[in-house]
Parts: sequence; structure tokens; C-alpha cells
Amino acid sequence: MTTVDGLVEPGRGAGLLDVVRQRFLLRLIVKQELRVRYRGSVLGLFWSYVKPAVQFAVYFFALGVFLRLNRSLEDFAVYLFAGFVVISFFSEAFGNAARSIVRNAPLVRKIYLPRELFPVATTWVAAIHMAPQVVVLLVGALVAGWTPSVGAVLSALLGFAVVAVLVSGLGLVFAAVNVFFRDFENLVDLMLLVVVWLSPVLYPWSFVRDALGDGWLLELYLANPLTVAVQLFQRAFWFPGAQANAQELIPDLFTRGVIALVGSAVVLVVGQLVFARLEKRFAQEL
Amino acid sequence: MATALAVDGVSKRFVLRRVRSMKEIAVYVLQRKPIAETFLALDDVSLHVQEGEAVGLLGLNGSGKSTLLKLMSGVLRPDGGKVRVKGRVAGLIEVGAGLHPDLTGRENIFLNGAILGMSEAQVRRSFDAIVDFSEIEQFLDTDVKHYSSGMFLRLAFAVAVHTDPDVFLVDEILAVGDEPFQRKCLERVHRMREEGRTLVVVSHDLEMVQRVCDRGVLLRGGRKVVDGTMREAVDALRAPA
Repeated sequence: MTTVDGLVEPGRGAGLLDVVRQRFLLRLIVKQELRVRYRGSVLGLFWSYVKPAVQFAVYFFALGVFLRLNRSLEDFAVYLFAGFVVISFFSEAFGNAARSIVRNAPLVRKIYLPRELFPVATTWVAAIHMAPQVVVLLVGALVAGWTPSVGAVLSALLGFAVVAVLVSGLGLVFAAVNVFFRDFENLVDLMLLVVVWLSPVLYPWSFVRDALGDGWLLELYLANPLTVAVQLFQRAFWFPGAQANAQELIPDLFTRGVIALVGSAVVLVVGQLVFARLEKRFAQEL
Repeated sequence: MATALAVDGVSKRFVLRRVRSMKEIAVYVLQRKPIAETFLALDDVSLHVQEGEAVGLLGLNGSGKSTLLKLMSGVLRPDGGKVRVKGRVAGLIEVGAGLHPDLTGRENIFLNGAILGMSEAQVRRSFDAIVDFSEIEQFLDTDVKHYSSGMFLRLAFAVAVHTDPDVFLVDEILAVGDEPFQRKCLERVHRMREEGRTLVVVSHDLEMVQRVCDRGVLLRGGRKVVDGTMREAVDALRAPA
């Protein structure tokens, strides 16, 4: 937007493009988040695994052992964990992104920098936390008889892409709106409570099909990008070792995966537009 | 000379919301009290600054000086009119905003430098100069929260002055630190002037502003009332309104 006299309007960013341009700053903010999160704690980063591990154990015993999903679904532990990794990535990224602008209020109020950096950084932090979980998942899958294949790797990557793009878009919207109405961070917590049950993480998707029948309700359930991402992860890590349960993958999974990715990209674009619109008033509202 | 900073007919209105929750709003509506009031912080202000000029913004508290600086830095956006700048603007607007108490001095130099718009190479290049200037070498690997307030401000100022901006916005900064450090800061500001950088300075320290700036702009109630030499602006400020 440079004019003839070289004068430009300050504070008018290029949104996410600026984040790409300022990779150095993004990296430092991610590093800072990781450092600050575990300041003064003996176990440090380890805490981010204790929480999902305990949650996983609870679900495993409650659903797998007591409700006997163990018997109907081969390698239920791997099935459960594959979906769980996806949902905990989503939850962490979304929950923190929604609070990111408010939490960085002192900076937003005083210095101009592309504010998209904050929600994007939280997504990166969540992705970094996800990595070791995927390693654990992979070990579990190997024990259950997993072998590497192109299909497995592709579905994991596609699944990750769907969630990462989706949560970036939702994060932008909620981070921006939360500046004006702090109610939204509570709304996010509420959504996260429900989200784990809206995807076939704790139960096989056939339960939903049998309960809802083949109507639009089922289509709605399957249209959830998170459902598709969860299934893609199960396809990647659980399915190769449990071929007998092939009916537990939704039909046309890859096509649905691509559609979900496109849908998430739309969410991201809308998120950026909403964010850019509201951003002008961040400094005076905080 | 070319224009470095152009402020054209800029207005800024703030909404002062008294209430936010539904309960409070209901009470206010029932009592027929206004839920929000607006406040005009800047009213049709125009100001053109040439490259290499040093302008002192004067005015009593609440006259709109800081709001104008924030508009120049891009933190706030005008409701009416236009603000345009040439090159990179860096502000010493409430220094230390970019410092993180839980990071060490070294980490903060990188983080704060990046926040103020420096690239990685730039930070590396000026790292030693920043440490030197701030005089905190010994505490470089200590968390900033353990710094004394003087050390904290010295570090913040050191990073800010090394960002090499084209337009430098200074808000009440030169009141930091002890006397020798203040002198050092002033020298630095003078050197920036000599290098042909554009300065906009807000301060209540009239002696200092007069030494640094040659053009003075006086704001009163969000309007520009004087734009002339520093002397004129100071006299108008001191004269009973």
C-alpha cells in the first residue's frame, strides 16, 4: 500500500501474511510460552502429559473395561488414544487461543505488532505438545501390530492439517470476540466439554449410525471436521492393526477428509476477516 | 525535505462503557441512565512532520498527547482522518511493555527486539551494544522479575534505542534511571537527531523537551492550539488558559 510519497498507514497489517513474515518473532513467542508455562515447576513439560494420560486412563477403564468396549473393538486402547490425541490438540489450542489476546493485553495495548501472532503461537505450542503424544501413540500402535504405509502417513497428515487449520480459524474468531465479551472464554470451555463426545473418540461411530439412522442428523454428525480428523487418525494408527474392524471407519473417509480441509480453510478465512475487523479496536477495549 | 509523518484531520473518540454485564445493563436501562458515554480524545488534529525534524508534543494531562502517539505507532486507529508514516516507526511508549518478567535479560533482548520489529540478524548485530548500553551485563542470565526498576527500564530503553527506527516516538521516557543514565539517554536522542531521524517527544519535563526539540505543538482538550517554535508552545502552555 505504499504511496508515491512513501507514506503508509501504521497499524494496518496484512493479517496472517504478516505472521509468516515475522517467523522470528513467532518462534520467540512460542518459546516464551513454553518457558513461562512451566516456570517454577519441577516436572516441567511432563505435566502436559500427565493430564491427558490420567484422562486417558479414566476413559480406558470406564469405557473399555467396565462398559466392555474392549471386547467389541479390537485394540480399543489404540483406538481411544488415536482420537484422544486429536481432541487434546484441538482443546489445548482452542482454549488457549481464545484467551491469547486478553492474556497479552499489556503488549496489545502499547505496541503495534500483528496480533494474529498470539492465537497462531498458541496453536504452535499445542502442536509441540502433541508431538510426544503421537510418539506414544505410535509405540502403542506398533505393539498392536501396526506397520507403516503410505495410506497411514497420509491420513495422519490430512487429519492433522484439518484440525490445525480449523483451530486456527476458530482461535482467531474467539480470541477477537473475547476482547469485547469475556463470556466467550467460558463458552469455549463449554464447547470443549462437549466436543469429545461429538466425535467417535470414546465409542465407535457405528453406535451413532445405529442410533440416528441414515438421515440428515447422521450427515450432520459426519460433517463435523473433527469427526473426520479423529477418524483419519484412527485410520492411520489403529486400523492397520485391526483390519477386522473395517466397518468402524466411515465410508469415503479420504474424500470427506479433503472436504473437511476445504471447510476448515473457509473457517480460517472467515476467522481472519472477523479478526481484522475487530482488531482495530483491541487497544482501546482492553 | 520529504514528509516523514502526516496526520490529517484526525479524530479519536473513546467509548466509556460504564456497565457490561446484563444485570447492570438492566438496572441502568430501568433507571434511564446512559449505558455508555463517548469522549472525544482528539478533535480534527493535523500535523505534518518533515524528515529529521524533532517535535515536542505538549499539553496538560488528558489533552490527547499519548493518544496521538498511539495513533502514530498504529496501536490505535483513528475514527476520522488519516495518519501516515514513512519507514519504520518505533515507540518508547510506556517502555518495558514488551519485557517479560519470567524470561532472562538475554531472552528479553531477543524477544523485545523482535517485538519492536528487528530481524534476527539485526538483534544479533546490536546485541553487544544493547548490553553495553543497558549496563546489566552481570545480570544478563537472571530473570527480569528480579531486576531493580532502574535496571528494568535501562534494559527496555537500551533495546528500544537500538531498533533503528526512521520515526522515533518518545513518551515520558527520559525520566528513567539515575542521572548518569539519563544523560546517556539524552545523548543518544541527540545522536539520533544528528543522524537525521525524526523524533516526536512527549514529556512534562519542559526543560528537556526544549533542549531536544525545536518545534513545539501544544494540545488542549484534544485540539491543536499552537504549532510553532518550542518557545511559543511552552509559553502558551504556561500562560493561563
